[in-house]
Amino acid sequence: METQAFQKIYTRITNITKATCSLKAAGVGYEELAIVHGKLAQVVKVIGDDITLQVFGGTEGIPTNAEVVFYGKPPSLKVSESLSGRFFNSFGNPIDGGPDVEGEEREIGGPTVNPVRRKQPSELIATGIAGIDLNNTLVSGQKIPFFADPDQPYNQVMAMVALRAKADKIILGGMGLTNDDYLFFKNVFDNAGALDRIVSFVNSTEDPPVERLLVPDMALTAAEYYAVDKNQSVLVLLTDMTLYADALAIVSNRMDQIPSKDSMPGSLYSDLAKIYEKAVQFPEGGSITIVAVTTLSGGDITHAIPDNTGYITEGQLFLRKDTDVGKVIVDPFRSLSRLKQLVIGEKTREDHPKVMNAAVRLFADASNAKTKMENGFDLTDYDERTLDFAKEYSEKLLAIDVNIDIDEMLDTGWYLFNKYFTKAEVGLKEELVQKYWPEEEGLEEKRQKEKTGSEA
Amino acid sequence: MEEKGKQTKGKVRSIIANLVLVDVDGPISQNEICYIKLGNTPLMAEVIKVAEPTAYVQVFESTRGLSVGAEVEFSGHMLEVTLAPGILSRNFDGLQNDLDKMEGVFLKRGEYTIPLDEEKKWDFKPLAKEGDNVAAGSWLGEVTENYQPHKIMVPFKLLGNYTLKSLANEGSYTIKDKIAVITDKEGNDIEVTMMQKWPVKVPIKVFESKPRPFRLLETGVRTIDTLNPITEGGTGFIPGPFGSGKTVLQHALSKQAEADIVIVAACGERANEVVEIFTEFPELDDPRTGRKLMERTTIIANTSNMPVAAREASVYTAMTLAEYYRQMGLKILMLADSTSRWAQALREMSNRMEELPGPDAYPMDLTAIISNFYARAGYTYLNNGETGSITFIGTVSPAGGNLKEPVTEATKKVGRCFYALSQDRADSKRYPAVDPIDSYSKYLEYDEVKEYLNKNIHENWMDNIELVKDILIRGRESSEQIDILGDDGVPIDYHISFWKSEVIDFVILQQDAFDEIDASTPIERQRYMLDKVLEIYRTRFEFDSFEDVAQYFKRLINELKQMNYSKYDSDKFKEHEKQLEQIMEERKVA
Repeated sequence: METQAFQKIYTRITNITKATCSLKAAGVGYEELAIVHGKLAQVVKVIGDDITLQVFGGTEGIPTNAEVVFYGKPPSLKVSESLSGRFFNSFGNPIDGGPDVEGEEREIGGPTVNPVRRKQPSELIATGIAGIDLNNTLVSGQKIPFFADPDQPYNQVMAMVALRAKADKIILGGMGLTNDDYLFFKNVFDNAGALDRIVSFVNSTEDPPVERLLVPDMALTAAEYYAVDKNQSVLVLLTDMTLYADALAIVSNRMDQIPSKDSMPGSLYSDLAKIYEKAVQFPEGGSITIVAVTTLSGGDITHAIPDNTGYITEGQLFLRKDTDVGKVIVDPFRSLSRLKQLVIGEKTREDHPKVMNAAVRLFADASNAKTKMENGFDLTDYDERTLDFAKEYSEKLLAIDVNIDIDEMLDTGWYLFNKYFTKAEVGLKEELVQKYWPEEEGLEEKRQKEKTGSEA
Repeated sequence: MEEKGKQTKGKVRSIIANLVLVDVDGPISQNEICYIKLGNTPLMAEVIKVAEPTAYVQVFESTRGLSVGAEVEFSGHMLEVTLAPGILSRNFDGLQNDLDKMEGVFLKRGEYTIPLDEEKKWDFKPLAKEGDNVAAGSWLGEVTENYQPHKIMVPFKLLGNYTLKSLANEGSYTIKDKIAVITDKEGNDIEVTMMQKWPVKVPIKVFESKPRPFRLLETGVRTIDTLNPITEGGTGFIPGPFGSGKTVLQHALSKQAEADIVIVAACGERANEVVEIFTEFPELDDPRTGRKLMERTTIIANTSNMPVAAREASVYTAMTLAEYYRQMGLKILMLADSTSRWAQALREMSNRMEELPGPDAYPMDLTAIISNFYARAGYTYLNNGETGSITFIGTVSPAGGNLKEPVTEATKKVGRCFYALSQDRADSKRYPAVDPIDSYSKYLEYDEVKEYLNKNIHENWMDNIELVKDILIRGRESSEQIDILGDDGVPIDYHISFWKSEVIDFVILQQDAFDEIDASTPIERQRYMLDKVLEIYRTRFEFDSFEDVAQYFKRLINELKQMNYSKYDSDKFKEHEKQLEQIMEERKVA
């Protein structure tokens, strides 16, 4: 991105805030790039000849007589096969010591896919984690975030999902990633021998926060190249979107915009939707699946960032620690995959939807029983059984360290039903019960025995 | 409306995202459409504020690359839609561009298409005869669109009375062919084609009157039809936090509701949800007509990543299409998902214009805008004595699931049916998660609706509905008491009362939208099942301990659920019913 000879150089800045600066200039296009005192900036407001620039690197040390040069084009990324295996900063410049990438230059944050050119997602993404595959099945072309408190191992789970997902390409967009986490991702991908199918755009905690605003668009421009031009399945990992939204709030605040809920800009929904809606399944086979992280504060999902995210994404995966079994689980109540209906019972065994729902319902009964117990009430026999069921369900299926295939998950479900409940208590469709209810001795048989035993 | 004369031009002065300020050289009007030239690409925009000589326009596209001095041409009219045969089954964007006609994978800026097919010939049958007195909205003839009659009408813009001078004979015509000539009082002839235009922000009002709605609109969703029914021409709204099943419920309504035409405005929501409709509706049968669902459906898609300003336009475009079909004497169901996104689009713009904000930074006139919009729905007596209706149901996406936020509050003032989706119900997978106690249908207070329901469903229907609501409230009270005092701290009757309400919850309220049979329940079957559960309610059972109560009722519920999953009146259905009766005998007290 060198400046060219004929470009006009401006040297009189009239206004400087922490994230923006203004000057008088003519013929400037909206959203075009500029260099201010060696720092990259973008036009965010044009009032007559007053131009306001958002300076990605922060405005520290910018003098009023700084040199300002306009590029005449919006931010872009050069795309080609040689992106694979490379690490870049927010501007798309290599940070791995390798050479610059040659290729076709594309504007980032480009246009929307025509909805009628999309295909309905239908390819299951198996992760081996039952909390995901059984209860919240992922589908290619889906967009879904992890909602997690900062102390949850969300980056580890995300890396695990990425590696098991069998995508052609994995694109990592790191925003405010700590150096440790950056190295973690690098090592995990390296150890899995997957480095050559990974492209990373990283803004670390050491970089200025406003730079982050470019990361999702960079990552998704690369993703669109592989999905549209090469018909590949691409998995995009975005972590942490809360830090991205915080950067949006900083800029809007500096531009004197009226904040809406939780000091976030009123356009937060549209800003996030523009990113997440890049997830797509094309009829030609290419797809973009987005798995993101939205960190919560104290599990509060009513905060504007997770709230707006939840309305945009196709579900959310909620991690929490189950103290009864001492493991991190995918919370079955607050997690949801909206696209699972497209694959469960279709691409998976017919009993999948009903087993899933029945197990979650019984788990809910257990949580009621727990409340009862905590309030000091006597538990019924049924309550006791739900509690035992919940523990085993949590350990064998919900825990994130589970790695089994979906049929095995379903069999485990039936095994647990049989062990702890009667058929009527589980209340499943008769045909399924006939086909799948385990032969081995379960609660009903045990009871029968006891009864005949006591009669005798 | 079509003013000829010198075209007003202007030049771009300022750009703040999709708000552009234009200095103009002539007269312009509020809401006038203009085109900003970005090189050779025209960007469509709408005037939203005028402060001479500057027009504030909202651009329906991205303004990236636009610079000061760009030329602007004003069109002389407001945002209009084209009304003619061929609207059904199409997928439009918020500005009525035909998405299928656009080339390439990505939507290109400044690409505007002709919404309808101008070449296609339609078989026209005259309905009026020469010499008839006609006025705006009079039916001149009809063509068959998919399988439904599509009336060709005198354009709504023509005020006053006319005489039909000539009318085309039965035959094939395109929407641009002249099919009639009408003469006004001064003797001027006006040519009429099958096509007309109408500005979307102005309601079409060529009808006799709008009575209170009184007929039930069957949706097949039990928690709506049985507990809180919506009427033909009624309004309703569905607020709920994300993940509570708003969209699944809306899709169920669009598939099952007993309407002639369904218009879906996908407003600022997920693209994959629209794709679901594109993909499934052409395959699914409408159980009432046996035709494909897509044949009665039109989709206005402005998904969340499409330009924000067009989001606002999309709901008006959809409503105008609904009004057009209503004028033909048809029953329209219009759905908008979600009205909150539209309100947010208004907020973004209001913020850019630096208006003083109302609550939560929404514009001050939000309530008025929402009220005016909902008022366009209704049951209508047309001028020729026929009836037509628009039933409107919008979803609301309250921030943080908090129903005290401005969009929900504003909608509550106008929506007559309130279907509150509850997080608790969704968490325990009790779908549809409509809260039976918080939700309401104001139509149940209308004498004409009560009368209609008692006459058409069952003479005791209203009494039964009241009873069901009481049972649910008592059940909730019992459950609270049990939670406070403990299972054995309350009399067994409390458990019985709680479980009797659970029977209603599991059998009537809960419904499996993904089960072929359970997804849609005709009203006759709803009546039958309601009688069944009320029979259980009226039966006295005897139990020794509270533990037996839960076990016993779970068995009852299981049989009733199997009935829900079985084809109505089939052998399997009857078999489970027999089982149910046997279980009831076990504990029955005379």
